[in-house]
Amino acid sequence: MKFLQNAFDSVKPHFEKGGKWEKYYTLYEGHRTIFFRPDLVTKKTGVQVRDAGDLKRMMITVVLALMPCLIFGMWNVGHQHFLATGVADATIIDKFLIGALKVIPILVVSYGVGLSVEFTFCVIRNHPIEEGYLVTGMLIPLVMPASIPLWQVALATVFAVIIGKEVFGGTGMNILNVALLARAFLYFAYPSQISGDVWTYLGDAQAVDGFSGATVLAYGAEAAANGTDMVTAVAGHWSAGMFDFMNMFIGAIPGSIGETSTLVCLLGAAILIGTGVGSWKIIVSVFGGAWAMGLLFNAVGGDNSFMMMPAHHHLVIGGLAFGAVFMATDPVSAAHTELGKWIYGFLIGVITVLIRVVNPAYPEGIMLAILFMNVFAPLIDYFVVEANKKRRLQRATV
Amino acid sequence: MSQTIKLKKGFDINLAGKATNTTHNIDQPETFALKPTDFHGITRPKLLIKEGDNVKAGTPIMYDAVMESVVFSAPVSGEVVEVKRGAKRKLLEIKILADKEVEFEAYAKHSISDIASLSREEAVDKLSKGGAWVNLTQRPFGTIANPADSPKAIFISGFDTHPLAPDLDYALAGEEQSFQAGLDVLKKLTDGKVHLNVDGSGEVLRIYSAVSGVEINKFSGPHPAGNVGVQIHHLDPINKGDIAWTCTPHGVVQIGKFFLEGKYDTSKLVAVTGSSVKNTGYVKTYSGALVGKLVADNVEGDHNRFISGNVFTGESVGEEGYLGFQHTQITVIPEGDEEEFLGWLKPTTKKLSFHKSIGLLSFLNKKEFTVDTNTHGEERGFVMTGAFEKVMPMDVLPTYLFKAILANDYDEIEALGIFELLEEDIALCEFIDVSKNDLQHILREGIELIRNS
Repeated sequence: MKFLQNAFDSVKPHFEKGGKWEKYYTLYEGHRTIFFRPDLVTKKTGVQVRDAGDLKRMMITVVLALMPCLIFGMWNVGHQHFLATGVADATIIDKFLIGALKVIPILVVSYGVGLSVEFTFCVIRNHPIEEGYLVTGMLIPLVMPASIPLWQVALATVFAVIIGKEVFGGTGMNILNVALLARAFLYFAYPSQISGDVWTYLGDAQAVDGFSGATVLAYGAEAAANGTDMVTAVAGHWSAGMFDFMNMFIGAIPGSIGETSTLVCLLGAAILIGTGVGSWKIIVSVFGGAWAMGLLFNAVGGDNSFMMMPAHHHLVIGGLAFGAVFMATDPVSAAHTELGKWIYGFLIGVITVLIRVVNPAYPEGIMLAILFMNVFAPLIDYFVVEANKKRRLQRATV
Repeated sequence: MSQTIKLKKGFDINLAGKATNTTHNIDQPETFALKPTDFHGITRPKLLIKEGDNVKAGTPIMYDAVMESVVFSAPVSGEVVEVKRGAKRKLLEIKILADKEVEFEAYAKHSISDIASLSREEAVDKLSKGGAWVNLTQRPFGTIANPADSPKAIFISGFDTHPLAPDLDYALAGEEQSFQAGLDVLKKLTDGKVHLNVDGSGEVLRIYSAVSGVEINKFSGPHPAGNVGVQIHHLDPINKGDIAWTCTPHGVVQIGKFFLEGKYDTSKLVAVTGSSVKNTGYVKTYSGALVGKLVADNVEGDHNRFISGNVFTGESVGEEGYLGFQHTQITVIPEGDEEEFLGWLKPTTKKLSFHKSIGLLSFLNKKEFTVDTNTHGEERGFVMTGAFEKVMPMDVLPTYLFKAILANDYDEIEALGIFELLEEDIALCEFIDVSKNDLQHILREGIELIRNS
């Protein structure tokens, strides 16, 4: 790889102090460090050797864990398309290609726009390019419907990166989950493109008789609002077996690109937990909180038939699994203390089900629950830290 | 009551280059140095000698005007050849051209029974006038103990869990009597207990087998179980206003010898370790020895780092540098100032890591690792959470403490436990930090903030 090093070396003088592109040094350095681990050594005092792990590797591990969701999502976009248009003999390749055609442009826009914003800020502030956007750039497309207009993706990305991250100082400083902020932005700014019958890409084709692109959560919200029997409504779905527990677990249902399948999310969770990059405490407690709240609703009962949906169904519908595994575990916006992580995750689960079941205006709850708890995470940590300080103070004599 | 404490948190790193139990014959270095920079908190050092003076081993050569009663003595006999100063005339090194045969300043000799009848004042006076006092370190802050204080207890960690740590059973063989005498002296210095903490997972070292009069506690677990700070945290934690002292086993031996033999003897077996050393082992020398001489003709490759101490808390001093006062080990490892193509991504079992993120497969490799000084990444903000807690066997929240220090929040720094920590206690956090922050420097900054507040 000497030639690449030479190429970088040859343009280096232009970026160094006094060179014509001096202010773009951070871009030069950022790109060089993608190809080459830098030649930095430890200082004279302090540790003399360092762990081989770094933030780049950590972030790329999350991207890797997201791959199953991306691939399954591409297939599901195609699968839903052919299901809705009544093409029974579509092959797995056909489905995947249709999906790729819809998903890859969103991915390209997300990374292209997001990285441009990041680079601009790095140059303006002259701070090094950080790796946070590697993950955010992948998360944003996965929580979008396949039918989202690309300009909206771009706008949401700009909003999320600037308002969600850069104003706070960049990677590691943000309060809210950046990718969720992108989705929340669209949710409030352009609601008609991100809720309702938007989950299935139909293209020019005609949908089959009785088609509805609604998610099971929409059925639930409708049932809760009208007092109708949700379980019956879901059972009589135009596509037989669509909302069976197993089908929902596998994820061949309408929804955002990457979040429909609990199964592949768990595969991602296995990677995150196995590598220690994601907090298993948060993942487990989100599922636990949602299940507990579901059980509580089952016990309370009442005339809301959504409340009567078996508690374990909550774990496989909507984006709960995706949110629990990839969004709630964002180490920066989640609780930082180990005890705090249990509380934080549990409350996300509880609030998710609460929003789903009793708030008819928001069929999906996980996104708002995580953003809500992002805001409260510092408070949870505050109490955990206070408890630690108190323990120390109790044994003090002065 | 003696206690047995099992620690689970921590991380042992298995490096190539452990010292074999052999002592190499070497030509003693020509020069030795006393480095005031080895001690924290020396603010107004005053010299008692000038260049050209002849000194004996144990001749006082310096003191700190802030604590005048404690002197620093010459480690060897010879001529003071250079007083090296740095920026703003900061005193860096006092170099001594050593005699071929070391002569000792004669101090009073004591039999074991004499020591028993010594008063605290006499013991303090003799130690501080002879130079052996500086073996006592105060917690909090890691400064030299103040003879005017009365510590609540004295703690000695009897084992070292740092990477490539010397085998104390070998390094201190035959010093049983001095060690016991040292303990007897230390017992006089505190109204509380003297805790000797030994490795609970191995056999009791010979030097400790017949020790009497002190509390012997057993600690087991991965590094940092051998750190005295961790041990204090579990035995009798340091709160605001508390003062505890610590001493290394080598320090205890030196104190014991000072009383038994009446000489300030800094001779010690120094472990020569590290993957770049051809023949690892021990060399007998004195405190402040010229590092290059101790490893002469015994190093492979020509681009190495010479570390006085271990790879977690040691100092890169170079071949021309001198062994630190507290150090009983030299580590030589390759420098890592090279770029590596996709070095942040490539899967490998050869790169040592606490983490298991993509491609870091060192946990599959049970062999010894050869590490260099590369940082494996650039400095970033704090992103990863929960990792420090996995290697910190203490009830402290490191990340919050570091952030409080960076924010200069005095109350928070105190409340989060700065009194319990020194650099060595968080060195492992610094090692595993994926954001590559200089945590030991940050901690010292916090310690100095509180110490001077």
